[in-house]
Amino acid sequence: MSRFTNVAGGVAWRTIHHFLKNPAFLLPSLIFPLFFFTAFAGGLSRVGDIPGFDFPSGYTAFQFCFVLLQASAFGGVFTGFSIAADFESGFTRRMFLAAPDRRAIIVGYALAALTRAVLVWCLLFAVALATGMQVDGGPVDFGGLLVLAFGVNVTAVLFAAGVATRLRTMQAGPAMQMPVFFLLFLAPVYVPLDLLEGWIKGAASVNPLTPLIGLARDLISGGDVNLLAYAVIGGLGALMIGWMLTGLRRAESAGA
Amino acid sequence: MSPAQAVALARVRASDAGLGETLSQVRELARRSVVRTMRQPASVVPAIVFPLALMAVNVGGLDQATNIPGFPSDSYLDFFIAVAFVQGALFACMNAGTDLARDVQTGFVSRLALTPMRGAALLLGQLAGVMALAAFSATLFLTVGLTFGIAIESGVAGALVILGLALLIALAFGGLGAMLGLRTGSGEMVQGFFPLFFVLLFLSSMALPRPLIEQDWFRTIATYNPVSYLLEAIRSLIITGWDGEALALGFGIAGGIAVLTVTGASSALRRRLTRT
Repeated sequence: MSRFTNVAGGVAWRTIHHFLKNPAFLLPSLIFPLFFFTAFAGGLSRVGDIPGFDFPSGYTAFQFCFVLLQASAFGGVFTGFSIAADFESGFTRRMFLAAPDRRAIIVGYALAALTRAVLVWCLLFAVALATGMQVDGGPVDFGGLLVLAFGVNVTAVLFAAGVATRLRTMQAGPAMQMPVFFLLFLAPVYVPLDLLEGWIKGAASVNPLTPLIGLARDLISGGDVNLLAYAVIGGLGALMIGWMLTGLRRAESAGA
Repeated sequence: MSPAQAVALARVRASDAGLGETLSQVRELARRSVVRTMRQPASVVPAIVFPLALMAVNVGGLDQATNIPGFPSDSYLDFFIAVAFVQGALFACMNAGTDLARDVQTGFVSRLALTPMRGAALLLGQLAGVMALAAFSATLFLTVGLTFGIAIESGVAGALVILGLALLIALAFGGLGAMLGLRTGSGEMVQGFFPLFFVLLFLSSMALPRPLIEQDWFRTIATYNPVSYLLEAIRSLIITGWDGEALALGFGIAGGIAVLTVTGASSALRRRLTRT
């Protein structure tokens, strides 16, 4: 067990060190969520006046929940880029030779993704509270929101790791990014599900991220919480563990 | 003959070249640029798919915004389609910059410097591929819009003006991409500017008309952001009809940016050829 944690810790330290030392890697993951939050909450605040829009904590909090989950998901995806880059450079091949249990390598990357996400969460919360975001949920709701964001981050990094272990090239970037991007934007981003119309309502209704975003909004507004969303993120996480493990096995049999 | 003498001789020959020869040089480089652009799905597909995807998602998600009192149209598609043209131009910028940077990196520009070719021919020829893609994508966006029910208040002539303005915007941003590509000589650095342009698009009147933007600071940024006026010029032709002020601002700003960026690119090219 201690060798497992040593490997995971070593990989996590190296990845964290890498993105903290290279602003070009860190800044996009910090700036993009802030930018989306600014553009959506600032530029679209009149959308909160649409008849039928009855979110009690205001449009800033409404958008904050989406951006928080988006940042968590992209924190995972960006770490997937690091995994792909390490495969491409041959570094993973050397790590595969050294690690008795290769799952520890992925756990290390996941820890780095979580660190990256925590940095973004802190910044996002600070900016949102400084700009007057209304939070009506209590400490338990806040804890629930963090658990949800954590689940999204882990699920995203497992998905990205599954893609990276299969393709083992930086050219896999769009294959990690695009599905997450489209899933996020085919959820109720700007208005609640009830106010959507047409094809996007159909897409949002079957989108697994819709209940997660809905739960985040319920938690921040102190509303009734639908615990089904935790089951959804748990199910997605379990699915992605299988996806990552089969990818890892393929990488091992290909000699990475 | 030393390389410096070869370049000097090439310059003398270039200055002797007539208009016909310059046009022939532009034609050859334009053909190369168009063929290169169309042969790269990685250049063509995002320039078409991303604006259409953003439009589909935003029109679906923000359709209810038409119920905000004072919203100028009862169809969000009529309002939002202008964004596709400007976003397409941003991709033109990236393509022009990346292609020229690759030509610098591979030594193509250096080899051309040894021929009696004019700098203007190189620049115009390189932008031809970008303009061809911009013409194709603008026509496609308009066709998709018309298929999904946009009504152009200014009629057929207005549709042609929209295409003309879209091409001018593509030239303006393409010139900027060319300038960046020639100055940096690095495709990676040109790509690094993409988020900045994306920010310019999002901090404009992209999603709501400026008078309906509630936050003062955001409205102020959108008012100073030239992209707002490019969007509003196209939008005016679709929603209002012939609005002289909006068109003058849109064409004026697009033309101004085009002059500045193409001049900047020419100067960067001269410096690049001198270095060669």
